[in-house]
Amino acid sequence: MKTKKLNVKSRTENLSLIRDFVSSSAAEAGVTSDVIENIILAVDEACTNIIKHAYKSYPDGELIVKTKSTRNRFIISITDYGKSFEPDAIPEPDLQKYYRQKRVGGLGMYLMKTLMDDVKYVSIPGKRNEVQLSKNLKLTQQNVR
Amino acid sequence: MADFNTSIKDQGAVSIINLKGYLDAHTAPILENNFVDLIDKNRFNIVVDFKELAYISSAGLGVFMAYIEKIRESKGDIKLSGMTEKVFNIFDLLGFPLLYEIFKSEDEAVKKFIE
Repeated sequence: MKTKKLNVKSRTENLSLIRDFVSSSAAEAGVTSDVIENIILAVDEACTNIIKHAYKSYPDGELIVKTKSTRNRFIISITDYGKSFEPDAIPEPDLQKYYRQKRVGGLGMYLMKTLMDDVKYVSIPGKRNEVQLSKNLKLTQQNVR
Repeated sequence: MADFNTSIKDQGAVSIINLKGYLDAHTAPILENNFVDLIDKNRFNIVVDFKELAYISSAGLGVFMAYIEKIRESKGDIKLSGMTEKVFNIFDLLGFPLLYEIFKSEDEAVKKFIE
């Protein structure tokens, strides 16, 4: 099992750095490029939510992105030390309703759940939050052997 | 830092915003400013062309949601064109094709305003 780690500050300017890090870790793990596209979008959405909601755009919070690959899964965990998050409090988005209310929040979380196979939140209030995103990998000839 | 820029040109009563690069939470304010400028100038017929856009996240999609109502109230519209399959798939996942007209090319989108 290979793990990799990236520490950055909670700033949107670091989103491209995070995407590049996850993209190269996933490529190294043998993830196909179309799946990598979905994974980096899900990770971008998770980190954007952390920057805007957990840290409320405070620019010097810590954001730790770890990637891990096993034989059949690619897992990204993102840790922050901001305000804890209750994922169940976020409803599934209704775009027609959003259109009327000019609301856009919640789209990111919907994308994360749609693009990944599993999204899990673990919060220790006042200490740290972790979101774990997993993608099941199709077995290729090479890793079947 | 993500590389993103826009350019705006006018073609008669239609303004065209060409997007290039990566549209995320960091770069979305650039596009927001473009919409604010066009609305200030009473230019409500807007085509946004995506052919050089490599990436979009929900922060970028949110920009379209934020201004569409005001623009339609002013008898205008935002029409979208030139999306790669990858970018279209994200719009499609969120149900945007029900809310926005999406065209293959910038020209087709401009023509739709002139019709």
